[in-house]
Amino acid sequence: MTRQPRIVRALLVSLIVALAVMSAFPFLWMVLSSFKTAEESMRTPPVWIPAAASLESYGAVSDVIQAGRSLLNSAIIATLTTAGILVTSIMAGFAFAKYRFRGRDTLFGLMIAAMFLPPIVTLIPLFRMVSEMGLNGSLAGVILPNLANAFGIFLMRQFIAGVPDDLIDAARVDGASELRVVFSVVAPAVLPAIAALALFAFVYHWNTYLWPLTVLQGASEDYPIVLSLGRLLSYNRGAMNTPLVMAGATLAVLPPLVMFVFLQRFFVDSMVSAAVKG
Amino acid sequence: MAGVTLTNLSKAFGATEVLRDINLVIEDGEFCVFVGPSGCGKSTLLRMIAGLEEISGGDLSIGGVRVNDASPRERGIAMVFQSYALYPHRTVRGNMEFGLRLSRMARDEIDQRITRAARMLQIEGLLDRRPSQLSGGQRQRVAIGRAIVREPEVFLFDEPLSNLDAALRVDTRREIADLHRQLGTTMIYVTHDQVEAMTLADKIVVLNGGGVQQTGRPLDLYNSPANVFVAGFIGSPRMNLIPVTVSGRTLDAGALGRFGLPADLGSGAMTLGLRPENLVLHAPGGAPATVTLVEHLGNEVLAELRLTNGPNLVMKQTAALAVTTGEAVTVAPGPDLVHLFDAAGARVHSWPLARG
Repeated sequence: MTRQPRIVRALLVSLIVALAVMSAFPFLWMVLSSFKTAEESMRTPPVWIPAAASLESYGAVSDVIQAGRSLLNSAIIATLTTAGILVTSIMAGFAFAKYRFRGRDTLFGLMIAAMFLPPIVTLIPLFRMVSEMGLNGSLAGVILPNLANAFGIFLMRQFIAGVPDDLIDAARVDGASELRVVFSVVAPAVLPAIAALALFAFVYHWNTYLWPLTVLQGASEDYPIVLSLGRLLSYNRGAMNTPLVMAGATLAVLPPLVMFVFLQRFFVDSMVSAAVKG
Repeated sequence: MAGVTLTNLSKAFGATEVLRDINLVIEDGEFCVFVGPSGCGKSTLLRMIAGLEEISGGDLSIGGVRVNDASPRERGIAMVFQSYALYPHRTVRGNMEFGLRLSRMARDEIDQRITRAARMLQIEGLLDRRPSQLSGGQRQRVAIGRAIVREPEVFLFDEPLSNLDAALRVDTRREIADLHRQLGTTMIYVTHDQVEAMTLADKIVVLNGGGVQQTGRPLDLYNSPANVFVAGFIGSPRMNLIPVTVSGRTLDAGALGRFGLPADLGSGAMTLGLRPENLVLHAPGGAPATVTLVEHLGNEVLAELRLTNGPNLVMKQTAALAVTTGEAVTVAPGPDLVHLFDAAGARVHSWPLARG
């Protein structure tokens, strides 16, 4: 980096700080509000720090929804979907990157095209397919159509294309089956990309709303936490209890946050080791 | 241990034929080198033996068993790649044991083999390092170690020294020769470097344009090249190839002079091959020439001469014989063998040239 005048540097830093505060603010507000009383949360001018931090709303969440069950449902949906996406993306990405077969490029083009379809377009047809399989109203119905993902395959193909062919051939000569080549040699070589995809998929499928709502159709014991939050909103005949909703939202956000912190440290590690490789 | 036999082996990528009718017998325990310019198909041929490239036609057998359709692991081979191809996320030990663990070998046996190979290659201190922490030479040793521990029937080397610097290349070359002597295993080695081929091989296979040009022991190839291509490829600097006209028992080499032939070798336009080391300066009756370039290599001198009204010649002499650029000299063939090739490039005869 070239040396900058002190003033420019100061301006840059304040801009970054301002942006960070702006993005962190709603999050902070959510957490703070969850500790307020209902009356405190509605006061004008707003109260920043609750007078007496109360955990009451957290207790109340479980009275209204099955918070534990909902979190578990979310975890099942996000984890299984992410696992499925990783496996299918790595395998299909490897095939697209390293196998020569008839129609490969056409197939890949079609898949790229699918990537640009807005999910809303496929909502109804997918729903009908899932219904015909008798899976509506079940977690299986929520998970199954998302086990493969065009973007994931695309991402993996791009990264795996950069893995040297010799490395793959060395593993074959060493006696590795194709599956073994993919998961013991190729996958470790593209770990940072896999971590990025895992994070992306987990957060996306943790937060997804429309598809589970469509499939589960009021089977509320199977609701993921995001759908249950909706029930917190409408609880008490529309008179919103802000601390209650905020407590629910805080609970909902914790697992992906932990996931992010865990994977982020891992990214940095693998990026450093890749840079050192020389 | 096993020999390798190639029978009418061919390879095509779509409509492009890259190798055709390769016939070759590599004896058990032999060190065989495939040599040729880039694009001649030598690496493809090696990869076909390894099972990494499909065989389009013909038969391949290892140890007397036809292995055309066998996977690499069923062929009893181990391979060392030019790029080393070490698994970057595994330690040196992890790299060496990967193949053994896949074959579900007992832990004790794996450890024994790794210890033995590491001692042989002097990489005992590196076993817990990762490839990124090793120098190029060390990486290549690990790659060789990974091949050794598998105790294969046949070792395959694909230009293993190309990524090493010159000094290391010479050392590693000697180590590979030592390794062959110690293990006595069949080795097939691909290189574009004829010096590596000459120094390592029991048998050299010269490939060009998808076919075998000549097969033989290094000195046989040097002394009796089958054709113009082999003549030019084996030996450094390359053999001087001079267009000549033959009629009866006379050879007209243009500016170099006229010479007698030992027998009637046909007539017409042919090519005369003269090694750079088989030229003498200031010989009585030599052809006039001008020195256009002098390269001092320490113990010897390479000089480029332009014959007056004739082609350029490269000569190699001991350092004692000093010439300078621009100097006028006379040059004549020395007492060693020269080679005559017919219009199609095939060798017709080799003999010590006498002035006629």
